[in-house]
Amino acid sequence: MRKGVMRPGHVQIRVLDLEEALVHYRDRLGLIEVGRDDHNRAYLKAWTEIDRFSVVLRQAEEPGMDFMGFKVTGPDVLQQRKQELIDYGCVVETIPAGELDGCGERVRFDSPTGHFFELYAEKEQTGKWGISERNPEAWPEALKGMRATRFDHCLLYGEDIDGTSALLQQVLGFQLSEQVLDRDNGDLRVAAFLACSMKAHDVALVRHPENGKFHHASFYLETWSDVLRAADLISMHDIPLDIGPTRHGLTHGQTIYFFDPSGNRNEVFTGGDYTYPDHPVVTWDAEQLGKAIFYHHRQLNENFLGVVT
Amino acid sequence: MKYSISVLGEDERFSCNADQHLLQGMQAYRIGMPMLRLIPVGCRGGGCGVCRVRIVSGDYEASKMSRKHVTEQEQAEGIALACRVYPSSDLEIELAPRVQVEKNSE
Repeated sequence: MRKGVMRPGHVQIRVLDLEEALVHYRDRLGLIEVGRDDHNRAYLKAWTEIDRFSVVLRQAEEPGMDFMGFKVTGPDVLQQRKQELIDYGCVVETIPAGELDGCGERVRFDSPTGHFFELYAEKEQTGKWGISERNPEAWPEALKGMRATRFDHCLLYGEDIDGTSALLQQVLGFQLSEQVLDRDNGDLRVAAFLACSMKAHDVALVRHPENGKFHHASFYLETWSDVLRAADLISMHDIPLDIGPTRHGLTHGQTIYFFDPSGNRNEVFTGGDYTYPDHPVVTWDAEQLGKAIFYHHRQLNENFLGVVT
Repeated sequence: MKYSISVLGEDERFSCNADQHLLQGMQAYRIGMPMLRLIPVGCRGGGCGVCRVRIVSGDYEASKMSRKHVTEQEQAEGIALACRVYPSSDLEIELAPRVQVEKNSE
């Protein structure tokens, strides 16, 4: 049952060098730089997003993810979910409006996999970038690089993915859309894909011995041709490639993976499945994991599985 | 300027330009030979830690890398991520992994 959690609204990513990272996220991914703050953070958004920002880059000594935020439908829902998170046993911190430029009050909570998530109800709405609200054209002509259209989801690594899945499902109304089960280990769940919308996933979790790890932040492109064009840009600018262009078995998205200048993984993808509330969970067997992850190569890739920040 | 890089316990060495990091040198084309896989290759951005090495001898420049994988003191003692090491002389290095992945990248 949905509980008023609408969409992934932001992710704060730690980078080793802010200027280098900005060139990557702005000029290569094609996000729009919308501002900086006095905590050495840069704010960006993808052009179709109506809110002021979705990606925050923070210069730090260790790359990785600080937190991922979800937007809820309103202030009442925010307060209800906050109380339920406290009742569920989460460590909950309220962050005042304005700590992130243009964002309202945020409710931050921890999770069994060691990741921090946030909920918020309000963020300054600046509208889609480069096109007008009334009689909008198809796309703005001034886009750069891969022309990412939206911040779509994150994949996070940690030990107790059942714990984090239960929290997201029970308290925040996420739906388990896809999973990978290991039959040789009593159907141990090794991956969980969760949706708060009708997308294939809004956040995904993979079982991993170390908690709090960041596998990738993903951005949506319009077409397969855009994914191939992204691959060209990755070569043109000598960006470290992880794998692709290819298709996933899980969610069936068409995808390519690469790294930002601090070693954080990015994905750009298109297509893929959708999730209605009455959809049964799609299950892949761990013995088919090669095909589940890379539908064409059908081979496990140690780097994709093991390299995280 | 090209320098010769050797890895302790390995017979094969590779050459690396001063403007290349060690993994770029290692992965260069060699006529009729398979690509060298002496050091594991990960994110190539100083973030994931899989290419952690110790420089046994030689001079090099190192660019910024994750403090989670190389502390300031370790860096002073010659620990570095190979993707952030640019040689300025011949180098002898050894693997110093803390994050394990197989050497099968690309």
